[in-house]
Amino acid sequence: MLEIVNLVVAKEGRVILKGVDLRIGSGEIHAMMGPNGAGKSTLAKILAGDASYEVLEGDILLQGQSLMGLEPEERAHLGLFLGFQYPVEIPGISNTQFLLAALNAKRAFQGKDPLEEEAFSLLLQEKMYNVQVKEEFRHRNINEGFSGGEKKRNEILQMAVLEPLVAILDETDSGLDIDAMKIVAAGVNQFMTADKSLLLITHYQRLLSYIHPHMVHVLVDGRIVRTGDASLAMELEERGYDELLCVKDGVCN
Amino acid sequence: MQTEEILASSEYKYGFSTEIETERFPLGLNEEVIRELSRKKKEPDFLLQFRLKAYRKWLTMKEPSWAHLRIPPIDFQKICYYSAPKIKQKLESLDQVDPELRKTFERLGVPIDEQKRLTNVAVDVVFDSISLGTTFQKTLQEAGVVLCSMSEAVEKYPELIERYLGSVVPIGDNFFSALNSAVFSEGSFVYVPKGVRSPMELSTYFRINDKVSGQFERTLILAEEDSYVSYLEGCTAPSYDTNQLHAAVVELVALDRAEIKYSTVQNWYAGDPKTGLGGIWNFVTKRGRCQGVSSKISWTQVEAGAAITWKYPSCLLQGDGSIGEFYSVALTTGHMQADTGTKMIHLGKNTRSTIVSKGISADVSSNSYRGLVKIAPQAEGSRNYTQCDSMLIQDQCSANTFPYIEVGNATSQVEHEASTSKMSEEQLFYLQSRGIEKEQAVHMILSGFCKDVIREMPLEFAVEAQKLLALKLEHSVG
Repeated sequence: MLEIVNLVVAKEGRVILKGVDLRIGSGEIHAMMGPNGAGKSTLAKILAGDASYEVLEGDILLQGQSLMGLEPEERAHLGLFLGFQYPVEIPGISNTQFLLAALNAKRAFQGKDPLEEEAFSLLLQEKMYNVQVKEEFRHRNINEGFSGGEKKRNEILQMAVLEPLVAILDETDSGLDIDAMKIVAAGVNQFMTADKSLLLITHYQRLLSYIHPHMVHVLVDGRIVRTGDASLAMELEERGYDELLCVKDGVCN
Repeated sequence: MQTEEILASSEYKYGFSTEIETERFPLGLNEEVIRELSRKKKEPDFLLQFRLKAYRKWLTMKEPSWAHLRIPPIDFQKICYYSAPKIKQKLESLDQVDPELRKTFERLGVPIDEQKRLTNVAVDVVFDSISLGTTFQKTLQEAGVVLCSMSEAVEKYPELIERYLGSVVPIGDNFFSALNSAVFSEGSFVYVPKGVRSPMELSTYFRINDKVSGQFERTLILAEEDSYVSYLEGCTAPSYDTNQLHAAVVELVALDRAEIKYSTVQNWYAGDPKTGLGGIWNFVTKRGRCQGVSSKISWTQVEAGAAITWKYPSCLLQGDGSIGEFYSVALTTGHMQADTGTKMIHLGKNTRSTIVSKGISADVSSNSYRGLVKIAPQAEGSRNYTQCDSMLIQDQCSANTFPYIEVGNATSQVEHEASTSKMSEEQLFYLQSRGIEKEQAVHMILSGFCKDVIREMPLEFAVEAQKLLALKLEHSVG
């Protein structure tokens, strides 16, 4: 579904990703873990088409189609979704207005007629119920005055409405208390079906108790240094990055 | 959309000029020019004296220099003070307007043909120094509402003009109002009788066509007890590489429980976006007097053009319980400079004012909000709420806020909120990553930012105003 080939990415002359390879199949959940500054968020943003980064080498393929040179909105139309680590506030535009515009842009790309406000309202109601967000989310401006947890749940709501093929969730668990995390995890699990793929970027293992990854990758200094099954996450949690990767002495086992 | 297309579509589409025979005074200003102007317009003596008094006052005054603007020296002797399309006889109706002029207004989106007129909006059309006429006269007459050119008002209602002209903005108020009082050639007059709610929106469309003419319009709106009127002005000018001066004065008077809503969509030519060459210099004095108890004056402006804007629509809150409002969006792009804001002068008891100002600056432009809230000692129990938001696009532009607050008693309340933000790549990326195209994303962010102001505009113009803002900014973003 999603294939990343030897991806080298720089920002303002500094190389952040130094050759990342990753392949996520349909129905698979992959977790990307790693210490701060490893390049996890860069990976998420570059997948979604953030133009402030420069791709020096490599390719990103969605269902075999290269995303190189495509605008963020084109990637979204092809089925990519990024759940942001820090969703921005945009005053004066209601969530409803925003989501309807986004959904109809995608429908236009798919050659479908735009959804009328009434039909959309019903759809939104259903999705809001599913991801357990309050009715008032409809009318509130995009992320304006939202708490950290509310912002993250708003991301999950957007994912539920837009129904992408591949979702990348960047530290969606950070800033959530245990109840909120359970709700988010339930939303994610609902989203996952055999035809979807998910890349979970996370610093901690705790979200992985609720969303079970097929594979775990460890990103350090712009490279994937370890890949394993769910047990790798447990191992990381117990031993920490330094010990696991022997970064300190520069000698790895 | 390709960059070229975006650039092409954001060019100033009103920048054409109209080839038409005009009658014009020689350049320059002296008493004789003023006498000639007054003679030409067959004005009563009181008006000539008003003009001469203003001229003599003006000679003693200096251009204001306190604004946050770089104003090149203006040679007032190189300006033409009267220019008018030649019209052979007095028009019976707007349908008799010269086809060339009619085409001009069609291109501007102000159709003056009977069949195509804006529904429910009466328009007075001013081209250079003269009014071409007013639509929907009959409907207005039936309601007793007067909307006509200032010249016509001087002829038909001299006693009202003599009584109120200069009563809100005195002759010597400032350099530009003095100049206007001396040389104004046209403008609009509105009179709403006691207890009448104007059956439609009233509007004036100003067009500067001549290359060396100044435009000095004078507008006076009188709302008698318990009346209501909503008035809108729009303005455009051709793209010349020289500057034209626009120095208008607008006076509003609201008596007991009367309400005047005054909206402006200003889209003068702003000069070349790259070189800053040309464009209108817009020095405008607008002031309303809430004379009666519980009267209300509300200014809404979308300032999207002009090379230099110097403008502070203000309210004198004289009547007890009167209300003043100022809602403004000022957009500067290219080399534009704007210093705009308001003055709310609380004189009556329990008076209230609201100021919502949204400044958007892009490219290398400069955009300042300047506002005075003054609560006199006798204006007990008064309240003001001010909200000033600035949005910067890119990092070479500037935004400033200069709030002045003077409170003369302890029973009044003043609140001021201000914010500065950047229309960030982050916001655009967020919307785009959800599948919304860049152009629409810019549009959404802008309209969100300006929502509190745009929703105060009459419905017919709110959509236009939003489109104008988005169009102006298209090539400045990304």
